[in-house]
Amino acid sequence: MIGIIGGRVFDPMNGINGTIQDIWIKGGKIVSQEEVDPQKARRIDASGQVVMPGGVDLHSHISGAKANAGRKLCPEDSRRLIRARTGFFRSGSGYTVPSTHLTGYLYAEMGYTTVMEAASAPLVARHTHEELQDIPIIDKGVLITMGNNHFIMKCIQNGEMEKARDYVAWLLEASKGFGIKIVNPGGVENWKYGKNVQNLEDEVIGFGVTPRRILSALARIREELKLPHPPHIHGLSLGRSGNADITVETIKSMEGIDAHFCHIQFMSYGGKPGEFPKSAAVKVAQAVTENPHITVDVGQVLFGPATTMTSDAPFEFSLSRKIGAKWVNNDLESESGGGVVPLTYKRNDPVHSTMWSIGLELFLLIEDPWRVYLTTDHPNAGPFSGYPEVIRMLMDRDFRAQEFEKIHKKAMKNSILPELNREYTLNEIAIITRAGPAKRLGLKNKGHLGVGADADITVYANLENKAEMFAHPAWVIKDGEVVVRDGKLIREQLGRTLYVSPSYEKAIEKDIRAHFDNSYTVSFENYPIAPEHIGPSEKLTCD
Amino acid sequence: MSAVFENVTCKFCGCLCDDIAVEVEDRRILKAKRACPNGLGMFLNYDPTLQSPLVEGKEVEWDEAVSAAADILSRADSPLIYGLSSTSSEAQRKAVELADRLGAIIDSTSSVCHFPTTLGFQMVGGAACTLGEVKARADLLIFWGCNPMEAHMRHFTRYSANAKGFLTPNGRRDRTVVVVDVRPTKTAKTADRFLQIEPGTDYEVLTSLRALIKGKDINEPVGGLPSEQIKELVQMMKTCRYGVAFFGMGLTMTAGRGYNVAEIFALGAELNQYTRFFAMPMRGHGNVAGADQVITWLSGYPAAVSFARGYPQFGPGEFTSVDVLARRETDAALIIASDPMAHFPRKAAEHLERIPAILMAPVTNCSSQVANVILPTACYGIDAPGTAYRMDNVPIRLRSVMQKVRPTDEEMLMRIMEAVKQ
Repeated sequence: MIGIIGGRVFDPMNGINGTIQDIWIKGGKIVSQEEVDPQKARRIDASGQVVMPGGVDLHSHISGAKANAGRKLCPEDSRRLIRARTGFFRSGSGYTVPSTHLTGYLYAEMGYTTVMEAASAPLVARHTHEELQDIPIIDKGVLITMGNNHFIMKCIQNGEMEKARDYVAWLLEASKGFGIKIVNPGGVENWKYGKNVQNLEDEVIGFGVTPRRILSALARIREELKLPHPPHIHGLSLGRSGNADITVETIKSMEGIDAHFCHIQFMSYGGKPGEFPKSAAVKVAQAVTENPHITVDVGQVLFGPATTMTSDAPFEFSLSRKIGAKWVNNDLESESGGGVVPLTYKRNDPVHSTMWSIGLELFLLIEDPWRVYLTTDHPNAGPFSGYPEVIRMLMDRDFRAQEFEKIHKKAMKNSILPELNREYTLNEIAIITRAGPAKRLGLKNKGHLGVGADADITVYANLENKAEMFAHPAWVIKDGEVVVRDGKLIREQLGRTLYVSPSYEKAIEKDIRAHFDNSYTVSFENYPIAPEHIGPSEKLTCD
Repeated sequence: MSAVFENVTCKFCGCLCDDIAVEVEDRRILKAKRACPNGLGMFLNYDPTLQSPLVEGKEVEWDEAVSAAADILSRADSPLIYGLSSTSSEAQRKAVELADRLGAIIDSTSSVCHFPTTLGFQMVGGAACTLGEVKARADLLIFWGCNPMEAHMRHFTRYSANAKGFLTPNGRRDRTVVVVDVRPTKTAKTADRFLQIEPGTDYEVLTSLRALIKGKDINEPVGGLPSEQIKELVQMMKTCRYGVAFFGMGLTMTAGRGYNVAEIFALGAELNQYTRFFAMPMRGHGNVAGADQVITWLSGYPAAVSFARGYPQFGPGEFTSVDVLARRETDAALIIASDPMAHFPRKAAEHLERIPAILMAPVTNCSSQVANVILPTACYGIDAPGTAYRMDNVPIRLRSVMQKVRPTDEEMLMRIMEAVKQ
């Protein structure tokens, strides 16, 4: 039993905005004061401090085939950050792609307690789950890539929507996934012929379907299966000048159906293809505002080293040719693809500076904080360890102006950032870093401090320098146990893997088995992952 | 009464064929249907009965063997943990944890096979695809310095030359097969083109291919091949639909090593400006790819990792097992699921003989001769389940076809870890 006494509580889900309140914990859950014996409870004095739910990251590449390829590819990155073992804690390395234990430690030390792995192809999800088991403390889940899946595209082509729905349910169960991820729908399949898709009506080779039909089918399937999280969409033409138009068109194409668009900074460029990108943040922010069923995360660029990794394999190829960097690609049978390219964002690069500015513009232009979430698309636009710096830029106009002065002149000239005077409040930060993402993920016990919530809580010293404040919380509590004190890890425990298992018509398995016999090199029987092979886990209901 | 287990994964080689039907009677395997001769040998020869662990050649209780092993490792200033390529990823994870706790050096058998592939990958990256994509799409296959007909015997039928997929419905007839090697192999005999190059000229030939792709002209023979043959190969590579070059130790362990691999990876990347093209290693042992994966996600580096300073350090040539042993920089060894005495150069093997060594393996091998402590563990994929990574890094479940009576590597490593802590 723990009582967090006298802190200023920010619990936006429950409408609590900085009031002084006590929070009580028992059995890993938040309880009412009546349920604890105040004499026996450990009391944490939080007076003068800020109390929030544990941070929730809904888009971060922390595990699996791509992340590990990034580690293996770049020993130079592993040398940038090392941590020695101390007592019970494991050693680790890696600045943009930390090793598994270090990933858990760094997230926890930053006050984050739940992280969603942004993408895994189902064929290699077993690998992703093995790594997730070696990421301690935090709870996590995996989004499963489906936007280039042969079985689904075939069903759409044949108008067999019920079959597609049953397959998606089967696939989520088989891969122990949390939700549907769509990456460059149809474009990754076309890349297997050296091509891509440019707009929503382009044809996917061999399937006669279009990106538009794939998106709309999967969005409807999500509704029918009542999955907690809507389709998580990485759209078309990522990183290309002029892609804002297709982004707006894609947002509109959802026609009132729930969808989450990830790292839209990479999707909000004006200008002509092949030419210098201009900010189209105004246009994209407006489309987000006008379409209330859409949410976004930003993918804020941080200057310094990054490792790009995405299922958008054709993007990685063109990036590597453009910047002359080492290139990793993996085409995955019947399902997906992926690539990895290391990259350093530099202030003296006008394109990088423009990208940095666009991210901040989006944060400041999208007025409803419940619909925009803090991410760096870790480690694509920079490592998650940079979140506190982003928070400072959002909360502190003067600091932002100072940072703006350092960027490339050409980017400055095109930016509207100096005109944006908004400063995020602590309550709004609590929304974009925990309440909002938790709500959007459909995690009823996360992102708030109401009775019955998981006792995942972060207490911050209320410092003037918000980067300092959010980088080193005074206390972090996970499942009711103190895991971090004064920014230092003091306890290691296992987190849980969150997954869904929607029901489906078992008859579908006959068709899937036939598909395996024709198209896979792994047998149907050996493909599904048993629940006991993913470590401590929690199955979420779909209702 | 015999029982048949379907869809069993054979972990002999990096193909990890998962379609084997294994027939078992009285804890003995009678048949392993569809397994190749290599796999069949593994299934039929394994004796799963409980064996006593040995300390200095004497049969002892398990507790005593564990404490003897822990004693060797705790006393050592610079212990080496080596092998891992035929164990499960679950056990590999424990091995890295033990290395971290001990401040040991950890290295896998990659060290003496495809470690140059890692170094080449770190230089230039690498484009690959899963074996299912090879089966479905590849119309040009190049086998360079490898001999799957004898080493990966079902590769052709399950994944490559003879497999039938949705763009290759006629199997072998829909593909062109090229073999590049220094001698005619069994694989070369099946090829549409066999390019026999002079030993040690792989780098030059690969560089010439790259030069031609970049538009340079070559009019002299390279590596013993007339320039016309090289030009023809370039043409085939540029005009194929989906090309895959598989390479083996003929490339990784001959003059140039990692530079050879960087060259073939760079060649693959450059060809993607014309078509789709990939270069992929033919991994040997069943879970050697998994050893790379596991050591990487836990430490940041794939092999040759030292925890001696308290944090992971990567040192090719410095912490690679053969080098560490040959320079006598280690004073104890824990060998897991491998046989360094059979494969290491004499100087390294001699030092291994000199220092206290622990062997954890399901079978007796050359390294049993020198090990001071022998822990006869279960065989993953026969009497213990687990996870392994295929040569294309696809993770596949290893099933167990009988109740185990032996402890697993994972259990042993956990017990040693407990004993080391005390």
